[in-house]
This record gives sequence, structure tokens and C-alpha cells, in this order.
Amino acid sequence: MKQRLSFCLLVNAGICPIFVRKINRSVMSVLVNKDSKVIVQGFTGSEGTFHAEQMIEYGTNIVGGVTPTKGGQTHLDRPVFNTVQEAVNEKGANVSVIFVPPAFAADAIMEAADAGIKVIVAITEGIPTQDMMIVKNYIKHKDVTLIGPNCPGVITPEEAKVGIMPGFVFKKGGIGIVSKSGTLTYEAADQVVKAGLGISTAIGIGGDPIIGTSTKQAVELLMNDPETEAIVMIGEIGGNYEAEAARWIQEQGNPKPVVGFIAGQTAPPGRRMGHAGAIVGGKEDTAEAKMKIMEECGLHVVKSPADIGETIAAVLKK
Amino acid sequence: MNIHEYQAKNLLKGYGVKIQEGIVTDTPEGAVDAARKLHAETGTDWYVVKAQIHAGGRGKGGGVKVAKNREEVKEISKQILGMQLKTHQTGPEGKKVHKVLIAEDVYYKGEHEPKEYYLSILLDRAKGCNMIIASTEGGMEIEKVAEEQPDKIVKEWIDPAIGLQPFQARKVAFALGLEGKAHKEMIKFIQSLYQAYTAADASLFEINPVLKTSDEKILAVDAKVNLDDNALFRHSDLAELRDISEEEELEVEASKSGLNYVKLDGNVGCMVNGAGLAMATMDIIKLSGGEPANFLDVGGGANAQTVEAGFRIILKDPNVKAILINIFGGIVRCDRVAKGVVEAYKNIGDIHVPIIVRLQGTNAEEGAKIIEESGLKVYSAILLKDAAQRVKEVLQ
Repeated sequence: MKQRLSFCLLVNAGICPIFVRKINRSVMSVLVNKDSKVIVQGFTGSEGTFHAEQMIEYGTNIVGGVTPTKGGQTHLDRPVFNTVQEAVNEKGANVSVIFVPPAFAADAIMEAADAGIKVIVAITEGIPTQDMMIVKNYIKHKDVTLIGPNCPGVITPEEAKVGIMPGFVFKKGGIGIVSKSGTLTYEAADQVVKAGLGISTAIGIGGDPIIGTSTKQAVELLMNDPETEAIVMIGEIGGNYEAEAARWIQEQGNPKPVVGFIAGQTAPPGRRMGHAGAIVGGKEDTAEAKMKIMEECGLHVVKSPADIGETIAAVLKK
Repeated sequence: MNIHEYQAKNLLKGYGVKIQEGIVTDTPEGAVDAARKLHAETGTDWYVVKAQIHAGGRGKGGGVKVAKNREEVKEISKQILGMQLKTHQTGPEGKKVHKVLIAEDVYYKGEHEPKEYYLSILLDRAKGCNMIIASTEGGMEIEKVAEEQPDKIVKEWIDPAIGLQPFQARKVAFALGLEGKAHKEMIKFIQSLYQAYTAADASLFEINPVLKTSDEKILAVDAKVNLDDNALFRHSDLAELRDISEEEELEVEASKSGLNYVKLDGNVGCMVNGAGLAMATMDIIKLSGGEPANFLDVGGGANAQTVEAGFRIILKDPNVKAILINIFGGIVRCDRVAKGVVEAYKNIGDIHVPIIVRLQGTNAEEGAKIIEESGLKVYSAILLKDAAQRVKEVLQ
């Protein structure tokens, strides 16, 4: 199954099979594309239904969904399965997007990982931190990429939207976006498009203290993606992800230009700003400290979120 | 969620963690009764009167005092109850003390010298697991110790799959230089503490100080506990410990309307959908020459009701000189938000501060049109840059 899938991707990419390994990696690097076989966990719930409809309308290849005890039914003209394993066996599903309520979401993520799903996008907000600790530990040695939780999802324009973002904002192009926040991702994409550019893939990594894919890992995927020319990296207060990503980019010799912004320059210490992870806990956590590190590592840091689009356009002209 | 020291100690005690015993009360008379009871239970002759507020540094602010008899318990409680206690964590206005904890004196003389330690369990975000931090420098701020004497700090990471192992507790106890009875007690203390931490779905337990008494007992003299808000749904007993008198009035009101609001000290209020964009909007306000008066995330379902509730909360803050509404419509349609703004504006009636509405995304132009045709004193913008410029203009 895996071999067939990568062959498929190669043919679609129209690339000579000699570079099998490398190309396979680069195709996977954008996480989702038009050949992704996507299932929705929490398919028949109101959130799951609404967003599954939107994703189908966008053109995402939704092959079915999972709602335990509703297996055998048809929902949105697609089959409902009791387990993720059944969806994998019968439909070859390799991507799952999760709308399961917070109390059961950690379990749903582990079920998807166990069934062999390769990319899991967890939209659910409000999963207990201890649950996510277990999840992170569980998937550590599995061949799976978890995006989120508490994230808007992943979109590769004109191919697949796996998440809740408004698809029309994301015109196709060469700018990759990595962000912890939902609406701020849309804002960045909109500015990029208004600056005459477009998006290769946008990855919303999520705003929780424990998430599956770090800023650095997401940036790395985009650095390895031949369709991405430059990257917009949006972070916020709390944690060390942006500093880690910035240092990694510098170590790599800044292979592609990166425009960075950190939200929360005006946030007071010790207060949680909406996102469970957005709290200034130490000196390295502040927006100021992060921006300084990013600048030192050769990123193009913007102070105002209104300048993201213009800056990336200017950087590319250089 | 934060809880009080007395609540935290009760929680710890429930899992077998030894604590400095105490009884909470809200009157000076109650304090005397508490002292009498405590004497009967523990034999203590001296007492510690401790103000119960959600902030550290209470001792330095005059909120923790030793009483050498019951008369003093009454006197000191009288002083502390009702006082506006100022510490480095309360802000300049301080916090009103509603309750005091009458605690036993645990620094009594004996065979050994009492010694204070530091111990905490918290989430290590970078590693994705819990960690223990311990230090021989008890009673001091750990940030300071980390800066000045980093060698005095020990850390131990806990594998989430298998939990805290006995060897790890032993390692910490040895690193603190403990021997004999105190060493054994410390191991049990750490293990019970970790058990309580996971059972309560906590994100921070900070025990500072942990005391080795003169007879080699190990106990928690103070306890700071943060609970994971996302896990409160499975801890109804802990959720009840919430003390809303410790929270900003407007924040409590906002949470009732499903709004995520944090009060700040600035002059420009804002209402935004999404936490990240809300923080970015606060930044824009600052860069435009204003100061954000609040953080307010209306979430994914912005409608007329939430917009009105948001307006009312922001307007209750007398410092607000202008309001910036910033909505990026995805699932939320801008025309509906615009209608909500107009409706809310009319319902509230006399709004004296200028309002800037920036709508972008789904049906942004229809939304802008609704705002413009409403005849209200509302400035409309589509680009974030324009919104920033408008803020600058109205503040001048």
C-alpha cells in the first residue's frame, strides 16, 4: 500500500523515478495534497459535518469518516466507519482530521496513529495537557505526523484543505506559512496574496502547550519543499519553539528567506492570553526575546502584523 | 485555574503529603477558635496567621505573621482580614484579604536545626513531559536561585507512560543532601506529591518552602497550585474551588458570555476573533501610539449577542478612549458581524468613544457597506494597516 501510494505521488508529480527516495520525501513534505485520502473523525457531529462539507466543496479528497457505533451509515455521500482501522483497510485512508470533543480527542488521535494514518490533523480545542503528554509519548516511535491540537489545520491551495480555514483566502503560490494561530494565519495569507504572491502550504501548528509538530519541524518541511520559495513564520508568547526554529534555520545557512512575527508584544507576564500555551513564563518566553533571537538568526522580523505581506514581497525582490 | 494555599494544602493532604496543619477562617473570633482547635490537635503554642490571596510574596507584604498566643492571633487576624495586601504579584492596588489561614508553628526547636528546601512539579513544554525541580535554597525565589546559583538546582524529568519511579525520588532526596529519617520522609513526600499532581491534572505544584523540622519530619509549609483549565471538566470537586472574588469582575462577567477577556491598563479596547489575532491587534494598538485596554477573543461564533456583550464589557472600563474591532471572517461572515455591531450599537445607545471596525475575509465588503450605511459614528477599514492608521487618528 505504501509503495503504491508513493508511486502514485511520483506519477502525479511527473518526476523521474530515479529520485524515488528524495522525491517521495519532498511530496510528503507538504503534508497534504490532492492524492491524500482523508477521513474525518467525529464525522457525524455538528462541527465534523459542517467542516467536512466545506472541505469536500473545496475539493479535498474526503473518503469517509469515523463515528463509533455509526458504522455502516452513509453521511455526506460517504461511508461512516466504527473504527479508523476499517477506514484504512477499506478506503486506504492516510490522513485524518479530528473534530472529536476534548474529553475523547486524545484517544481518537492514538486510534488514528495505531491504524497507520500518516498525517493526523487535530482541530479540537481544550484537550487536557496530561492527555496530550500521553499522546505525544505514544506516537513518538510511530511513523506519523501529528499537527495540532487546537489548530486551524493544513492547506495546500488548489489541492487539499484539511482543516477549518476559509479556503478562498489561500491562493496558490510559493510562500509557506507556519503559525500557532488560526485567524492570524488567514491574515498572513491574505496579506501575502494582496502582495501579489501565493501560498504553497500553510501549516497551523496549534496554540496548546503540547503539540505534535513544533515550529522548527514545520519550517523544516517547508524548507525541504521544492514548491516553497520563502516562509512566513508566525509565533506568539510562551514556550521556546520560535527560538528553536530560528536557531535551526541559521544552522542550515538560511536556505530560504523567512519573515517572522511574534504576537503578544503587549501581553503582561503570567496571564494566559486565550491559547492555553500563550503565557509568558520566563525571560525567553516574551515576544521581545523571541524577536531578538529571530533577528540574530537572520530572519526578517516584522514588528507590526500589518507588514507581513509587504515584507515578504520586498525580501523576495532582493 | 489558581487556588488558595489552604485549598492546595487540603488537596495535598488527601494524597498523603505531610503539610503544616491549619484552619481557615474569615473573622478574628473564628481565628481564635481555630487556634484553640489547632492547639488541641497538634499541641502547637505559637501560630502563623496567613492571608489567603492568589499571589506570592505575602510575607514581605505583611500578610504572614507569627502569633505567640491566642490574644495575638486575634489582633493579627484583625489587622490582616480586610487589608489591601500589596505584593510584587498583585499590582500597585493590591488585593483585599477575605480569609486567613491559622497554621501551626512548625519551626519549633529540637535536636536538629530546621531547614527549608524548594520543590516543584511542572510541565516542561519543550520536552512534553512533567519535571521536578528541587533546590536546597528553600524560601527563595527559584528564578533568582536559577540565575545566581544554578548548581543548587536539580531537575528530574518524568516519563508520562510509566510515571515517577522510586529511583528518581531517591535521586532528588540525595541531591538535597538528606540522610536517615528525613531522607525517607522526603522520598515519600515527593511520591505523594507527584500522585496528587497527576490526579488533579495540575500544571504547577510549587512547594516553597518544604521544611525539614527539628525532629526530621518533611512537610509543606506553603503550596502554590495551578490546575489545567482544560481538565476541569473531569474534576467537578476542584472546579468548585474557584474563588471569583480573586478574579477581575469584568473577566468573570465575560466568561459568562463565552468571551475570553483579560483586563489590561491601556486606553484602546479591542474585540477580535481568535487568540493570536487578538494579541496581534493589541500589538497594533501599541504601535499606533495607544495602549491596549484588554485582550478579548470572541471566538469562532461571533454574532450580535457576543458582539453586544463584548461592547458592554469594554465600555465598563473607564480608561477606554477608543475601540478597535478586528474580525477576520472565515466561518464567521463579516456581514453578520457588521449587523451585530450596528444592532449592539443601537441597543446600548450612548457610546461616546470612537469605534473602528475592521472586517476582512468572508463577505468583508458587504460588511463594510453595512457599517457605512448605518449612519453610526463608526470608522470602517478593510486592511489591518488602515485600521492601525485610524487608531492613530482617533487618539490624536
